[in-house]
Amino acid sequence: MLLIKNGRVLDPVSKTDATLDVLLDGEKIKEVGPAGRVASPQGTEVFDARGMVVAPGFIDLHVHLREPGQESSETIETGTQAAARGGFTAVCCMPNTKPVNDNASVTRFILDRAKVGGSVRVWPIGAASVGSKGEAIAEIAAMKEAGIVAVSDDGKPIATAKLARQVMDYCRSLELPVIEHSEDVSLAGGAVMREGVTSTRLGLRGMPAAAESVCVARDVQLAELTGARLHVAHLSAKASLEQVRWAKSRGLRVSCEVTPHHFTLIDEDVQYDSKFKMNPPLAAREDREALLAGLADGTVDAIATDHAPHEAALKDVEFDRAPFGILGFETALGLALEQLVQSGRLSLMRMVELFTTGPARVLGIERKIAAGQPADLTIFGLNHTWTYHVKESPSKSRNSPFDGRNFKGGPMATIVGGRIVYKQ
Amino acid sequence: MSHNFRDLLALEPLTADELGFLLDQSKPFQEIQKHPLKKLATLRGKTVALAFFETSTRTRISFGTAASRLGADSMNLQAEASSLKKGETLLDTVFNLNAMKPDCLVMRHAASGATDYVARHLDIPVVNAGDGTHEHPSQGLLDALTIRDRLGTIKNLNVTILGDILHSRVARSNIHLLGKFGCKFTLCGPAMWVPRELEKIAPGTPIRCVYRIEEALEGADVIIMLRVQTERLDDPPLSANDYVLLYQLNAERLRRASMNAIVLHPGPMNRGIEITPEVADGPQSCVLEQVTNGVAVRMAILYLLISGATETDAHPALEVKPKESANASD
Repeated sequence: MLLIKNGRVLDPVSKTDATLDVLLDGEKIKEVGPAGRVASPQGTEVFDARGMVVAPGFIDLHVHLREPGQESSETIETGTQAAARGGFTAVCCMPNTKPVNDNASVTRFILDRAKVGGSVRVWPIGAASVGSKGEAIAEIAAMKEAGIVAVSDDGKPIATAKLARQVMDYCRSLELPVIEHSEDVSLAGGAVMREGVTSTRLGLRGMPAAAESVCVARDVQLAELTGARLHVAHLSAKASLEQVRWAKSRGLRVSCEVTPHHFTLIDEDVQYDSKFKMNPPLAAREDREALLAGLADGTVDAIATDHAPHEAALKDVEFDRAPFGILGFETALGLALEQLVQSGRLSLMRMVELFTTGPARVLGIERKIAAGQPADLTIFGLNHTWTYHVKESPSKSRNSPFDGRNFKGGPMATIVGGRIVYKQ
Repeated sequence: MSHNFRDLLALEPLTADELGFLLDQSKPFQEIQKHPLKKLATLRGKTVALAFFETSTRTRISFGTAASRLGADSMNLQAEASSLKKGETLLDTVFNLNAMKPDCLVMRHAASGATDYVARHLDIPVVNAGDGTHEHPSQGLLDALTIRDRLGTIKNLNVTILGDILHSRVARSNIHLLGKFGCKFTLCGPAMWVPRELEKIAPGTPIRCVYRIEEALEGADVIIMLRVQTERLDDPPLSANDYVLLYQLNAERLRRASMNAIVLHPGPMNRGIEITPEVADGPQSCVLEQVTNGVAVRMAILYLLISGATETDAHPALEVKPKESANASD
């Protein structure tokens, strides 16, 4: 057993914010009670969380672990180690591996690898279409039986409105969320950053914000048509957020996530450095403002990292040729504390919700600190200062724009299934 | 003043003083172009690496000629002959060139920012000979030199740029240089090539985008034509006939500009598309002076970056000609 004592327990479901002890017994939480009042048997391991926040385990809805197929950039083992260091207890891995996770045997392979070498829970997302090619529907039911938690053709949108409609119809019957990388590919074609004054000044090809929002508009209307659960991945544009707001106002089952880099950085930060190249690209100043407002007012359901490792040989090239994507796990909480909480925009409780109960709801599960619940906890500090050095990361890749950044507050311990998988 | 730029990657970050210094340093080299014997010994024993990862004729020959007239040797790498097609990265190719110990790298590349990227990894001076759709600093300088020769000044002029501004590295360098001397810009061309964002790329410089050539030419002192890249006419599909109808510079339209207005074109020209032969060959056209000045500007760039000379150093071109006659053509 493991006793987490004297921590400031924050639970968005019950709105708890109190100093409590939490006793874990293997996979489950056994008891939650006032500090010093929870009895534990002889030999119980004790973690003193005095001065720290004890939250439900963080869930990352959007990550790339690169296994199978691109193990030189990341593996399930190294990726989940980095996730644990970032405070995440469960990560949902996108299917754009090689081969694509579009059938049950790949799903089982991922889960087997996670069982052997994973530091945190790995919840695979299956491809919506075979090979994510946008032609035939993948074997979604078989993958669901094997353990996928959602479907997505991430890296690109489901290719046509017709196929997206069919996938949504099908997934509604299977009770699986459809996660959309919303992008009008023809409008975005060949672009390497967001279109605007900065792209024009730098002479880099830009994609307009509309490349995202016209596809979100398509998708939310298909969600209305089908009644499916639609989750918009890495939403970056103000106009897209308006579409999600519209959908929610109509009572549709539509949710969305925002990444730490989109609520922290903007297109003006791009300086021909491929560590600032990702898709969707860093947006305009006013988009960032809108995302911050959406995170505060509840339009945004989750913070997701879009952790996208690329080995140096791939990323250290001309900006035009570099692949999209940056590391995300280890800086997510530090950035959220800095940009959302320390800035006074969000309460600490709301931030915790965005990492925990928010993403859980997207997946249709519950996540709270109460007896009988999974013994997954994220423990973090609010006041210690630290510096992120990407060279110390367990990730196999180094593509972070936040290398060398100083933070106030961050992960102290990550507990999965009653076991401490990371301790600062 | 002394210069403290190690590389010449873009004109945007340079001050008016630094730009003026580069132009002043080019002046004596212009005189050299009129000599029967044009070769100096200033950079004897030095080597200039010319790495052109994108096809170029005149810029490559111009830099090569500049190096040779300074007495330097050059090594040439052209994309067709390079190992890039064999999968080598840009950085590896450049490191290999650098291992042959050149004193300066002159580089052209199709990707914007590629020269910035390379310069971060090299300890020899890097000269941007055109990076994607970002900047073409030596072209910006030679255009300014040409304007100053013809009009006597580069200050407070009305400059009109015609054509595909969005994809033009020349236009950006023109704006960042002339804008620092108080010039006002009018950009004109088909709307998809002249986005409104261009009005904000150089804070402090008045830039307006207009879509009627007649309006754009009204009162212009300098007209800078850009080549209509035929590959751009395909994406998006745009009719060449439409382009001629709306944006071709012909003699009649040119009359809307100032009496003494001059016409520049970085070449190569598509006669009969963006410009009529009558204008291209007319008295207001400066296209061949631009080419001559290109050699002088590139000599100044190579001389300053390789020798590290400052204003207090005697200019090498003045050693071969008395000062009075060097100034005679001012």
